[in-house]
Amino acid sequence: MFEDFIYVLTKYDVWLWRGFLLTIQLLAISVVLGTILAIPLAVARVSKNVWVQAVPFGFIYLFRGTPLIGQLFMMYYGVGQLVADIDGIQDHWSWAYLRDPYWYCLLTFVLNTAAYVAEIMRGGIQNVPNGEVEAARACGMSPFTTYRRIIFPRMWQMIWPAYTNDVIFTLKATSLASTVTLIELTGAARKIVARTALPYEAFISAAVIYLIIVYSLTLAFKAIEKYLRRSDKRADNVQTKAKPVGP
Amino acid sequence: MFDLYGRGWQMLEGGLVTIQLCLTVLPLMIVIGLLGASAKLSQFRSLRIIGESYTVIIRGIPELLIILLIYFGGTIAVQNFVSWFSGEEVRVDIPAFWSGVAALALVQGAFASEVFRAAMQSIPVGQIEAATACGMTPAQIFLRIKLPQLWRFALPGLNNLFQVLIKDTALISVVGVEEIMRKAAIGAGTEKAPFTFYLVAMLMFLAFTTVSLFVFNRLEKRAARGIARA
Repeated sequence: MFEDFIYVLTKYDVWLWRGFLLTIQLLAISVVLGTILAIPLAVARVSKNVWVQAVPFGFIYLFRGTPLIGQLFMMYYGVGQLVADIDGIQDHWSWAYLRDPYWYCLLTFVLNTAAYVAEIMRGGIQNVPNGEVEAARACGMSPFTTYRRIIFPRMWQMIWPAYTNDVIFTLKATSLASTVTLIELTGAARKIVARTALPYEAFISAAVIYLIIVYSLTLAFKAIEKYLRRSDKRADNVQTKAKPVGP
Repeated sequence: MFDLYGRGWQMLEGGLVTIQLCLTVLPLMIVIGLLGASAKLSQFRSLRIIGESYTVIIRGIPELLIILLIYFGGTIAVQNFVSWFSGEEVRVDIPAFWSGVAALALVQGAFASEVFRAAMQSIPVGQIEAATACGMTPAQIFLRIKLPQLWRFALPGLNNLFQVLIKDTALISVVGVEEIMRKAAIGAGTEKAPFTFYLVAMLMFLAFTTVSLFVFNRLEKRAARGIARA
């Protein structure tokens, strides 16, 4: 049993390594672009104007209400087919990109992440104490400045644990790229199984690598959370110092 | 309109399989979740460690990988076990449906155990003490005091989990169970109309998640009917 593990890990280490790199790449791009896209969505979502609210609401509802694998197939096979049917597209320079599953995957993951993160951010923004926003207004801050200085920093503090969870969900979601022939970590494991017929060894090796990534991400995000909450701690210290001493 | 190249019925059949999957996993998920939560809150260290590591491991691995592992690995495991037990070579085939159910129950059970743990911890200690003082046995305390309140505290979490479950059943199409996604893939392939078929599949899932959300919200309201609202 262990010989088989060693066999898989030594003979196919390059496949697993390349799979790992692609997984990390998909994760990083999806999370960064998805988060950037989520910010305007979340801000529009808390708008008092019903029509402004409706657009991000529909977007979030559609993406959170359907399975990611369906979104991916719809994008890659469905939209891909529509694109391929355009006259003369296959001779165009962009065809090399338009038929590559990588870009469809990335687009789907970015939109999906944006929808989930926007929903988390909406909760965060709505939970910023109203007094702080009013105080900012009273100081003469413009709405933009209020968001930049008050609402966003507070929001990040509050949503960070949920955001961490979501990043881990996105990591797990990248495994779906293997269903449209990308060889990321799960894809590499499936390829090894097809070659060696050793399902345990290949899948468990991939699973352990996923666990290592999750563990490292959790540690990194905990450290960032501490940084985000550095002001909380200071307030605590001030309070303990300010406690009256003696009778 | 719902003709779909004569495959409308096929899609509806797929929808039925999806519902079957969800309703089969749901009770398993609740049982595993309750067991997991009890293990995590147990007075025995070893049980706590088992409960915690179960959640940590399952939560860190993609659902798809677990489904593949159980589908491809589970058959071999059961086959070896039965062969070893009976002393002769036996060929066993686990249907894809049941290996999918096992995988989803394992995954959702891990999340459910977190939901139930939090719910159990939100029951005020005073009530347990009062019940003990009235002379109730632990089993009575669980049935009369904990379980009815657990339901209320756990419902929002279960609502969320059921949403995830509905969406996760789509992953089982990868091992060939003919639920909505698989039916859509078949239709898309034979009729050369992927956009239409996947669009229909997505709308069906959207309908399921919406109905589930509605039902759970009603249940939440009902469970909270005895509680004074602030």
